[in-house]
Amino acid sequence: MAGDLPNSASELRFRDTEKARALAEALSRLTREVGHAPVSVMHVCGSHEQAIARFGLRSAFPTDLDVIMGPGCPVCITDLPEVDEAVALAAKGVIIATYGDMVRVPGTVKSLADAQADGAHVEIVYSVAQAIDLARESSQEVVFFATGFETTAVATAAVLLADPPPNFSVLSAHKYIPPVMEIVAEMPETRIEGFLAAGHAATITGWGVFEPFVERHGIPVVVAGFEPLDILAGLVKLVELIRDQKADVVNMFPRCVTHEGNLRAQEQLWKLFRPVGGRWRGIAHVPNGNLRLRDEWAALDARKRFDIDVSSLWDYAPPALSQACICGDIMAGIASPHDCRLFGRECLPENPVGACMVSSEGTCKIWHLYGGHPDLAEVGS
Amino acid sequence: MCLGVPGRVVDVAGSLATVDFWGVRRQVRLDIVDQPVSPGDYILNHVGFAIRRIPSEEIEETLALYEILLREAGADDLMLADMKSEIDATGPGTEDGR
Repeated sequence: MAGDLPNSASELRFRDTEKARALAEALSRLTREVGHAPVSVMHVCGSHEQAIARFGLRSAFPTDLDVIMGPGCPVCITDLPEVDEAVALAAKGVIIATYGDMVRVPGTVKSLADAQADGAHVEIVYSVAQAIDLARESSQEVVFFATGFETTAVATAAVLLADPPPNFSVLSAHKYIPPVMEIVAEMPETRIEGFLAAGHAATITGWGVFEPFVERHGIPVVVAGFEPLDILAGLVKLVELIRDQKADVVNMFPRCVTHEGNLRAQEQLWKLFRPVGGRWRGIAHVPNGNLRLRDEWAALDARKRFDIDVSSLWDYAPPALSQACICGDIMAGIASPHDCRLFGRECLPENPVGACMVSSEGTCKIWHLYGGHPDLAEVGS
Repeated sequence: MCLGVPGRVVDVAGSLATVDFWGVRRQVRLDIVDQPVSPGDYILNHVGFAIRRIPSEEIEETLALYEILLREAGADDLMLADMKSEIDATGPGTEDGR
């Protein structure tokens, strides 16, 4: 029967099996009490999807609860023209430093890996601070191709405020999560009834950042951590709010998240960046969804420092396979990887067609590795 | 990428902290963290920066997820890989840092 507790919930490797069982039971009961099926909620964080898939949490969810991953993979939503800008800069002979997954993400025609194969100098870094070190050791121009949400953008802001070397600049593709939640909430195809917000992004912004959203859209938001029990507890609270038709923000991750967030980090973030509208790959134009350097920091902005001509890359039509890729629909929560005819066939982690199969935070790569509904026997083994 | 990784502060020098991650000592920047950090505190490191000082009563609960990953995850595990790249994002260790 729909909504029944799966027998297997207790077999999951939770730190506290009793607590997990009680939470799974509550989740089942509350989902049933909502009174319609399915109940659809969205999370917006690759780390949440990793934990849900890795620990086989969907086996503990009631069948009438759809927990969908939205646009929570920063690599995946980086738009083609943004990759093109990095490729064009690399072709100009500047050193491009960027986070690992970005190198293989396809642009309109080429990825940075392709540019590298053509002789461009591309360096993978784990931190923007390492890109600074690279610039200090080099006489060439170093451009940090900056991706990631607000959690990562604060680090970019911090190094720019700490007297970077003169040959260092930033090509910002940073994105800001709260505005995209508005877009997804308004999409007619998605019937999202509640959002599970990512704990670590909220560590920076505070949970208060979601209050205007909740007021405007009448959809509850619960901030949750990443441990399996944190996620279950977050979902229990979220479905309870849906059942009670209460559009509130509830912080279920108080060990990391406060109402006002990390003010010191926010101060640095907004000193350097301003939110502007822009496309998120496969999703839509997102008003205020992109973080760009403010005009007073033009000297550190690669878009101002260099004449970036991406049009020269647009002489070719995109390959046919990538046109069949439904990454955008998957990130908008309209489709799942199993709806894609390329998933696991032409599109594989070693030969990805779309960005969702490139990034370790992409839904397709996560499902390919762990399965969306993994066999419990393999969980935690 | 947004997972972050907790570590124990062993030394603070200006805006840099030496932080112990399961026996590996690395340098983490303190430009962003909004509370004073001193040796013995635990911080959450993301891309080489402490983004939060973890309250002492919450440390055990915070570490639990990571310890499960270290204990059980296979070499190709995405979360373990994320965790390792968060440690690689920090600066090279001082003293006996490996």
